[in-house]
Amino acid sequence: MLNIKNLEATIDNKHILKGLNLNIKPGEVHAIMGPNGSGKSTLANVLSGKSGYETKGDIKYNGEILSELSTEERAQKGIFLAFQYPLEIPGVNTNIFLKTSLNSVRKANGEKELDTLTFLKLIKEKASELGIDEKFLSRQLNVGFSGGEKKKNEILQMKLLQPKLAILDETDSGLDIDALRIVADGVNSYKNKENAFLIITHYQRLLDYIKPDFVHVLSDGKIIKTGNADLGVQLEKTGYLNIV
Amino acid sequence: MKTEDLKNNKEYKYGFTTDVENIRSPKGLSEETIKFISNIKKEPKWMLEWRLKAFNRLKVLKEPDWQKPKYPKIDYQDLYYYSAPKSASEKPKSLEEIDPKILETYKKLGIPLDEQKRLNGIAVDAVFDSVSVATTFKDELTKKGIIFCSISEAIQKHPDLVKKYLGSVIPLTDHYFATLNSAVFTDGSFVYIPPYTKCPMELSTYFRINASETGQFERTLIIADKGSYVSYLEGCTAPMRDENQLHAANVELVALDDAEIKYSTVQNWYPGDEKGIGGIYNFVTKRGACRGKNSKISWTQVETGSAITWKYPSCILQGDNSIGEFYSIAITNNFQKADTGTKMIHLGKNTKSKIISKGISAGNADNMYRGLVEIKNKAINSRNYTQCDSLLMGNKCGAHTIPYIKNNNATSTIEHEATTTKINEEQLYYCNQRGLDQEEAVSLIVNGFCKEVLQQLPMEFAVEAQKLVAISLEGSVG
Repeated sequence: MLNIKNLEATIDNKHILKGLNLNIKPGEVHAIMGPNGSGKSTLANVLSGKSGYETKGDIKYNGEILSELSTEERAQKGIFLAFQYPLEIPGVNTNIFLKTSLNSVRKANGEKELDTLTFLKLIKEKASELGIDEKFLSRQLNVGFSGGEKKKNEILQMKLLQPKLAILDETDSGLDIDALRIVADGVNSYKNKENAFLIITHYQRLLDYIKPDFVHVLSDGKIIKTGNADLGVQLEKTGYLNIV
Repeated sequence: MKTEDLKNNKEYKYGFTTDVENIRSPKGLSEETIKFISNIKKEPKWMLEWRLKAFNRLKVLKEPDWQKPKYPKIDYQDLYYYSAPKSASEKPKSLEEIDPKILETYKKLGIPLDEQKRLNGIAVDAVFDSVSVATTFKDELTKKGIIFCSISEAIQKHPDLVKKYLGSVIPLTDHYFATLNSAVFTDGSFVYIPPYTKCPMELSTYFRINASETGQFERTLIIADKGSYVSYLEGCTAPMRDENQLHAANVELVALDDAEIKYSTVQNWYPGDEKGIGGIYNFVTKRGACRGKNSKISWTQVETGSAITWKYPSCILQGDNSIGEFYSIAITNNFQKADTGTKMIHLGKNTKSKIISKGISAGNADNMYRGLVEIKNKAINSRNYTQCDSLLMGNKCGAHTIPYIKNNNATSTIEHEATTTKINEEQLYYCNQRGLDQEEAVSLIVNGFCKEVLQQLPMEFAVEAQKLVAISLEGSVG
């Protein structure tokens, strides 16, 4: 699904990714762990198409050259990024944002756009699966949401848009244990043979709930070690220093 | 809104011209022109005298020049002050009598005048250049005692009401453009709502400039008698031309005891091309008097068109406990300029006013909020709240806020809040990552920014206004 070869990325003259290789197949859950400043969020931003980065190397997504696709085309083709800091958009109702988003994606894939009633039925269903209160949907997008609410909203969007590749950028940071469980349940209930996850995290904590197939350690812009779920557990005990 | 719709709307879609034979006044501003207008409208003598009084006053007035957008000197002798389709020189009595070309024009503008396709629950007065060509739902309104007709018709049929109220809010001598309008106004709408009557439908006037080298000088007068309510909406478009055309309207509102007038404008005059050539000069005087106690006047405006917009819809809060409101969205793109805002003059006790202004500037445009809040010494316990937000798109546009605040008594309070923000790249990225293209994203964010004002519009028009907001800003980001 995703093949990254020798990826380098620079922003504002800072060389951040320095030759990163990663392959992700459908049905797999990959976790990327690493210390602050190792390039974890940069990887998420480059994959989702945020502007401002100069890149070298090859990224193929389902056979297409990723750099040739705009940010919205990537989203329409199934790449989803759960933001570390979801943005507030004042005056825009959460429901309206979600409907506009879903219909943009559906339309790009030649599917019929949903009318308001069908959409509302669908979103209520998804929200209740995540234990999200309906009232939350008629509030302005992320405005005045707590950290946990913002992250739950990201997972709700993921479940609604049904991406092929979901990238979670430190979705676990700032969550209490209950919110963490909701986020993890959201991911586990969505996981199947067709889609894949790239989970970026600092801590093993989230991986107690979502079992990764692969754990990669990112340090100074490169993946320096790859293992199975046990690697995460080991890191939690020994810290990054022993590996780096 | 759908991308497809957006794509079809890239150009100013109302920019076409209708080919009709016109009757015009002699060129230039003169007593002869004024007599021509008064004569063709079969006006009574008092009306002509009123116009000539304004004309004499005009001779000693000078055009104001304190506004921010400057414009080349207007040659008032090089304009036509009256132009009307020949076929409409007598107002058509039924649809069969209207020139099919004019009917087609309104159809193209999305304002069908024929019975079957009429907008549900909205009565329309259609003004084409200098004349009103049709007024719909007239009979239904008449049953309730509501008068909704062209001002020309009102002058003939309801002279007492017109004499009593015309010029009572905007005096003949007010200022250059208002006085010019008083001398040469051609048509516009007249509304009278009798006591304790709630007007059962939205009333609306659609103004269309068609002829070239012609100014449009419309006059609207709305009177809400005791305990009545009316919601009124105006819309405007004009053909694309590389000349600048002058639109100098006067709108007067009068609300008596316990009456309420809600006045909404969706202004989409031709804004000029992306180099700033052509477009309408929209120099308009709009003023409402809350004359009775507990009366209320609410202005809502969505200003997206015109090369220059220069207007301050105002409220004079004379009656005790009266309320004035002003909700505004002003969008300027390319080389458009706007200097707009409001005046709230508090005279009565316990009067309240609220101002919500949203200015959006893109391209090389310049957007100014200018507003006066004045609380006089007898207006005890009065309050004003003002909020002015500006949104900038790109690095070449400007936004300015100039509030004038005068509080003459210690029991009253005035609050003013202002913000200026740039459209946020991170917000756009977030929307793009959710599959929205750049234009959908801008439209969503901007409509969110304008929400408090859009909410004030009647439902049907709020949808139109949202689309207009998106279209006006096309191509202004990225």
